[in-house]
Formats: sequence, structure tokens, C-alpha cells
Amino acid sequence: MAIRVVVVKRPEREISYLRAALKGMAMTFRHLLQKKFTMQYPEQRSTDDWSLSPRWRGTHRMLTDEQGRAKCVACGLCPQICPANCIKLVPGEDEVGHRYPLIYEIDEFRCVFCGYCQEVCPEEAIHVGVHYENAEYERERFVYDLERLCAQTHPVSTLWDPSDPKGE
Amino acid sequence: MTPELKGFLLVSGIKVSVAFGTLFLIIAFVTWLERRVAAWIQNRIGPNRVGPFGLFQPIADGIKNFVKEELLPGQADRTLFILAPAMAFVPSLLLFAVIPFAAPLPVSFDFTLPVLGRFVHVGPVSMVIADLPIGFLFILAISSLAVYGIVFAGWSSGNKYSLLGGLRSSAQMVSYEIAMGMSLVPVLLVGGNVKLTELVRLQQDSLWFILALTVGFVLFAISALAENNRLPFDLPEAEGELVGGYHTEYSSMRFATFFLAEYGALVTMSALMATLFFGGWDIPGSWDEGEPSVIVSLATLAMFLAKTFFFILCYIWIRWTLPRFRFDQLMALGWKVMLPLVLTYIMILATAVWAFDTAGLAFGRTYVVALFGVNVVLLLAILWGLDRNRIIWGQRLTREGSV
Repeated sequence: MAIRVVVVKRPEREISYLRAALKGMAMTFRHLLQKKFTMQYPEQRSTDDWSLSPRWRGTHRMLTDEQGRAKCVACGLCPQICPANCIKLVPGEDEVGHRYPLIYEIDEFRCVFCGYCQEVCPEEAIHVGVHYENAEYERERFVYDLERLCAQTHPVSTLWDPSDPKGE
Repeated sequence: MTPELKGFLLVSGIKVSVAFGTLFLIIAFVTWLERRVAAWIQNRIGPNRVGPFGLFQPIADGIKNFVKEELLPGQADRTLFILAPAMAFVPSLLLFAVIPFAAPLPVSFDFTLPVLGRFVHVGPVSMVIADLPIGFLFILAISSLAVYGIVFAGWSSGNKYSLLGGLRSSAQMVSYEIAMGMSLVPVLLVGGNVKLTELVRLQQDSLWFILALTVGFVLFAISALAENNRLPFDLPEAEGELVGGYHTEYSSMRFATFFLAEYGALVTMSALMATLFFGGWDIPGSWDEGEPSVIVSLATLAMFLAKTFFFILCYIWIRWTLPRFRFDQLMALGWKVMLPLVLTYIMILATAVWAFDTAGLAFGRTYVVALFGVNVVLLLAILWGLDRNRIIWGQRLTREGSV
């Protein structure tokens, strides 16, 4: 039994072979001469039409105070809220009673880049970054320790503000 | 060996090595060109990193292919699997041997080498490797051998996708060979010769055959697309359906050989189109028809290359415009459209040639222009009168929708 084919009646100019092919060739030829959209990536990282959003959530960065110490007070909110459970925090306290992190590690492989850590941080210490070039030679290098987090210099994400949803 | 024979061998050896060396360079260049033009058509830039404008990209690809691992599938038929790339590659290069690529070059020498003896050559050397009296019949014969490479590759891989690719290609190439051979019959009708140098001379004396055989050229160009497995007829590879078709199991240099064969055939077919229908190395005007000289040879060579590259560009342009045919559409087009069309064309043209001959019109410019008139009428008829759903449409669908 032959397969039933639905035949749609179309105007003749739409179904012609040769004329349609020639029309297509004319169109591709116009594209041949048009402006190209390629961004020459390693040299060129953003163009007029394209740049990374300020809300981009990339790998983390720990902000530091004037003395170069991490702003973190080891309150424990970020490991608490982290849905991927990728933050390891061991708090410590110095002789004047200032809390600070003894160990602060983020496993970037486990991280889902939700940005809750930045949102929850009372000291504006941990941030997700506007950054995407993360290649490493070893898997171990993807567990960022405190020193490494503080050493990052890329801009930090502005996140989404519910009171200003369009980012104005 | 006589000194003359030795001179001939020397000249031929130089011609062969220079022509094939250049052919390889052109093939490499064409692979780059294909990628660049494809990119431009898609509003991209294309390979531009290796060397100026990315021109060394083919060399980088070649090195990559040389150093990659050559896989031999466990289920493969070993001998055929290794033989197949060579069988696809050789015919596509061999074709180039009969194509005249420049005006004759005046060469004369008479010298003696210590061991080899005396070499003598006098008079102009025709710039074709082998000026065979069977001309384009040789091309039709050899180009059909290319199908063996593809069929063997498909069979010996021991892979169902490869087999389907090989199967498709054998059906396709055999079908379109008929249309291609037939579309060259008009050339024979008008030119009265199959020898390519002779055809070039005829076109030089009168006008290019594109005028006398416009429709024949269109039909030839379409069947050449199918014969070379180029899009829109690239069903043997059909990466969307068959992974890679007949070369799915091939890797490294063996794959590259198939790739080279494909582009070699592309270059040769373009050169053939230039030779048969666009006057070969002929430069319009009578400037190149005087005494053979080096300058005329070089100029005509440049002209020949320009024409060839024009057709290569057209091929690339078509490839990145038209989508692939379905297999039944391809077969329907080949057997139910191309073949009747080309047979009708031969009949009409033969009648026209007979009528001209009876009217006492000798071959020359008037003759060609008169034939051009016939062709224009036919071309308009095909474009507007016989397009799809009139006559040029392999499958007529009935109102109920059954084929």
C-alpha cells in the first residue's frame, strides 16, 4: 500500500525547480558579500553587539579588605544555603574575637553557579564572577582555596535584583 | 632510442610532473576556497589563522592527516579496504591528462648528457599531457571507474552505513553517467570531433560552444554535479543519514585520499567544462592565434585557470545553496527528467544541424549564432514552459496523493 501523501496546492512560482534554484543562488550570493558576524575570539572578547552580561554567574571571587584579608567572617551561611554543597568552611577565631575562615574551599566542579552564596553573604565577601575562561590541566585545580579566591581579579556579578527586574 | 624519442620522453616527463604538481596545489587551494566561500555565504569568515588569509590551512590539514592513527576496522575486508582510496583517487587525476591547458609552447633543444646521450626536440609542444584521439570518450570512460573506489570502500568497511553509501553511489553514478555521456553527444554533433585540442581549435576559429550548446552545457553541468557526488547530489556521503557514507570507517591519510579524489574530480570536471563549452585556453579575440610564444602560452594558461576557477566557484556556490535531494527524487530526476530531456535535445540539435547543412551553411560564426537562437528558445521553454509540475518533474502526484 502506498504511503498517503498530503498534496498542498501551491502557486507555481513557489514550486518551480530551476527558477527556485536560481533564486536561492541569488540569495546566497548576496550573503557572500554581506557583513560577517564572526568575533575573532582570543583577540576580541566583546563586540558592539555582544558582551558578557553583568549578571553572568561564573567562577567565584572572594573580596578582600584594605589589609588584603578576606572579608569573610566565617558565619557559615554560604555552605548552609549552597544547594550543591560545594563550599567547605572551617571557622576560626583570633585573640580579639574576630572570626575568620581557617579553610574556605569551593569545588567549582560541584558548583551549579546559582549565586546563592553571593546573595546570602552578609559581608559581601564571596561573589560569583563575570568570567568564563577556567581551563586547567588537572582536576584538583578546580577546587579553589581561599588564597586563590582572593587572588581573582575579574569583575563580580551584579546578580538579579527583584526590585529592579530589568536591571535599569 | 633515438634522440627524438628521448627528447619526447623528457618533454612529457616534465609536463606530467609540472601538471600534476600544479593539480595538487590547485586541489589544496580549492579545499581552502571551499571552506572560505562556505563561510562567507553563511556570514562567517572561515579559516584565516594559518598563514596569510589562512592559505596554509590545507598544509596544516595534510600534516594532521599524516600523523593521525590509521584505523583498520576488525570486520573490514583488508585488501579492498586499503585498495579503495587509491581506486577512487587515480581516475580523478588521470582525467586531467587529456585536457589541453595552454597554447602550444615553442621549445627546441639539442644537447648531449654524459650517460644518457643526445636529446633532441624541435617545434611547439602542445600543452596537454596526452593528446588522445579519443578525447572526451576517455574522460567518460575513466570517470566512471571512480565508482569502483567508492563501491569497494562501502563494501569492504563491513559497516551498514558505508554499504548504503556505496550502494547509493553506484546507482547514482551509473544513472547520471548516461545523462552525462548523452549531453556530450551535441558537442560531437557540432564539433564533429572528440579530440579536445581539436575542439578547442574549432571554438577558437568560430565562437565558444556555450553559445551553440547552451542547454547541453546546463545538462552536462547538472550531471557532472551528480557524477562528482557534490551537493545537491551527495547522497553517497549524506552525513545526516549515513554518518559519513562510504568513508565512515576511514581515517587519517586514507580518508584524505578520498577527500583529494573528490576535489580532484571537481577540478577536472570544471576544467572539462571550460574546455568543452568555454573555449578551453582560448582568449577572446585573435591575439592568441599567431605564432606560439612563451607569453601567449602563459596568458592562455592564466585564462584556462580563470575559467576553471570560475566553474569551481560555481560548484561551491551551488553546494552551499541547494539542499540535498531525497534518493527517489535523485533517481526520478536522473531517469525521468534528465535522460528524456537530453535525448530530446540531441534530436532537436541534430535536426538543426541537418537543416543548416542542407541549407548550405558552413561551420563558422553564423552557424554558431544560429544554433544559439535554437538554444535560447529551448532554454526559455525549459525555464518557463516545462518547469516542475509541467514536464520536468519525475513524480507526478495525483490529487489523492498516491504516487
